[in-house]
Amino acid sequence: MTATTIAETESAKSTFFTVATLQKAVAFAVLLLLIAFFSFTSPVFLSWGNAINIMTATSVNAVLGIACTLVIISAGIDLSVGTLMTFCAIMAGILSVNLGLPLYIGIPGALLTGAAVGVCSGSLIAYLKIPPFIVTLGFMRALYGLNLVMTNAKPIYFDDQPNYSLISPDSSISLLIPGLGIPNAVFVMLIVAVLAAIILNRTILGRFVFALGSNEEAVRLSGVNVNKWKVAIYALSGMICGVGGLLISSRLGSAQPAIGMGYELDAIAATVIGGTSLTGGRGTILGTVIGAFIISVLSNGLTVLSVADQWKFVATGVILVTAVYIDMRLKKRA
Amino acid sequence: MKKLLASAAVLAAVSAYSTASYAGDAPYYAIIAKGFSHQFWQAVKLGAETQAKADGVTISFEGPNTEAEIDKQIDILNAAFAKKPVGLGFAALDTKAEDKALKQFADAKIPIVAFDSGVANDMPVTTCTTDNVAAAAEAAKQLAAAIGDEGEVAAEIHDQTSATGIGRRKGFEDEMAKHTKIKIVDVKFANEAGKAADDIKAMMTAHPNLKGIFASNEGAAVGLAIAQKETGSKIVGVGFDSGKKQKDAINAGLLIGSITQNPVGIGQCAVSSLTKTLKGEKLEKVIDTGFYYYTKDNMSDPKIAAVLYD
Repeated sequence: MTATTIAETESAKSTFFTVATLQKAVAFAVLLLLIAFFSFTSPVFLSWGNAINIMTATSVNAVLGIACTLVIISAGIDLSVGTLMTFCAIMAGILSVNLGLPLYIGIPGALLTGAAVGVCSGSLIAYLKIPPFIVTLGFMRALYGLNLVMTNAKPIYFDDQPNYSLISPDSSISLLIPGLGIPNAVFVMLIVAVLAAIILNRTILGRFVFALGSNEEAVRLSGVNVNKWKVAIYALSGMICGVGGLLISSRLGSAQPAIGMGYELDAIAATVIGGTSLTGGRGTILGTVIGAFIISVLSNGLTVLSVADQWKFVATGVILVTAVYIDMRLKKRA
Repeated sequence: MKKLLASAAVLAAVSAYSTASYAGDAPYYAIIAKGFSHQFWQAVKLGAETQAKADGVTISFEGPNTEAEIDKQIDILNAAFAKKPVGLGFAALDTKAEDKALKQFADAKIPIVAFDSGVANDMPVTTCTTDNVAAAAEAAKQLAAAIGDEGEVAAEIHDQTSATGIGRRKGFEDEMAKHTKIKIVDVKFANEAGKAADDIKAMMTAHPNLKGIFASNEGAAVGLAIAQKETGSKIVGVGFDSGKKQKDAINAGLLIGSITQNPVGIGQCAVSSLTKTLKGEKLEKVIDTGFYYYTKDNMSDPKIAAVLYD
């Protein structure tokens, strides 16, 4: 990288960083407003038990959202996160149930599967120049089909692996602090978020995520092997989908082959509500986690208020469009 | 599974070559289900395949990815028509939306047998189905008895638009209306265990006095069991259909029992009704394939065990 391009990317990043901070603050304010609204309108919303419900409901979507965020900041898109999640869950099932291997092989196996699929889709995008939307749309459908083929459309149950529930529904912290009751899924989500944020903000890979999203051509012209980094970004995103797969299959006690389609839209919604720009170059992990919380607080709150189900979708739709509008306004000002 | 792949592949290609590929000696029936998201459909498929062998016919068994994709099911209907079957078995995702695609079969004098969910016209010669209203009413009765015939109850229904969703909701609500001291405080909709669990936990929070919940299919019932387990709630749960996780939940006492349909019987009925019609037999407009209420105690009863699936 020449000195000029570094300076350029740096300055671009710092301007955008303030916008991202501002938008994160907006998203957080919306979340607080929603919590305040539901707390006032319902006597039962604000309870520890319900807070745990919301955290549990957020975990899978937040993890998939983080996977999307990395790709979207680099000006890509990933529509395959939902069915890839299921694909990884099935791989965990095949390794640790069907083949009877121990979990210390099954779990990394699922994560590596996610990374390997990411390498495949990333390579098609980087080297064959097929638009990411198309590649991941194709992967979404192909993986859905493979999920059914590999399992013969039957779920794989983790009954023979009793420790598998440690990933999501068990609450290890309750052993230390009895009655706290936060399931491990929430901690897994937090660990993924912290690691992803470190990678994004403190490593060279993270720098290239932002650089590719802001100005891919400039990075390429400065002699960087852009393709290699692109593949790495999709591989990381795929591995995070693997974590999502472990979480959902642990909660359900089974790898359910037919689920996954549609999860990508919730994940992208969380990403966008959290302030990540769909045109790339800007976004934060914390924003996405807040976005995922906004979606599940809305869903939980409206249920607690006994609002008819249909309105849940209307409400998330309105929030999504509003978030993108705010995004555009902030960008103009910057 | 081969058929599923075929449906996932380009449908146009299928219709182009399939005329030849199915022109064997045995008569060919196209059987179109609602999807594969629940083990229920695997049991229906098993019944259909068993009966096909007995009747000496070949069948294809296809369906859309999820039970919401009405448009995809229409495409599958159209592709099936191009294969020139001598009979059509059809589980409608919508009671009216697919009439046009169905009519080409009727116009070509290909007999139609509806199974699982019926349609709102008289094109099918018969409908092989569970009386969903009566089955859900039985679930409501069992739930009412278990909570001492008074208090707040709620329901998690698998969808808002299909005949099974509408019928089970109606059966539950109508029966509960007869129990004057019972009040239905909420009805929610989800067709996937994780989402149903989140819904139900929110309902439990909203209604601390909730005494019973009815879950209207496998996904909803497994979600109910997960919610019970995660909250340690003592709310009485009654489910619907079976599947390994639901049976485990009943054995573990998370649900007191469930209604089972007879999915194997539904599949058999769809195929045998087509065979009978082609032989010129007249059939009743509706063939009730039956249901049972099962609990921990009678689950291994041979009559019940035969219709439960993993």
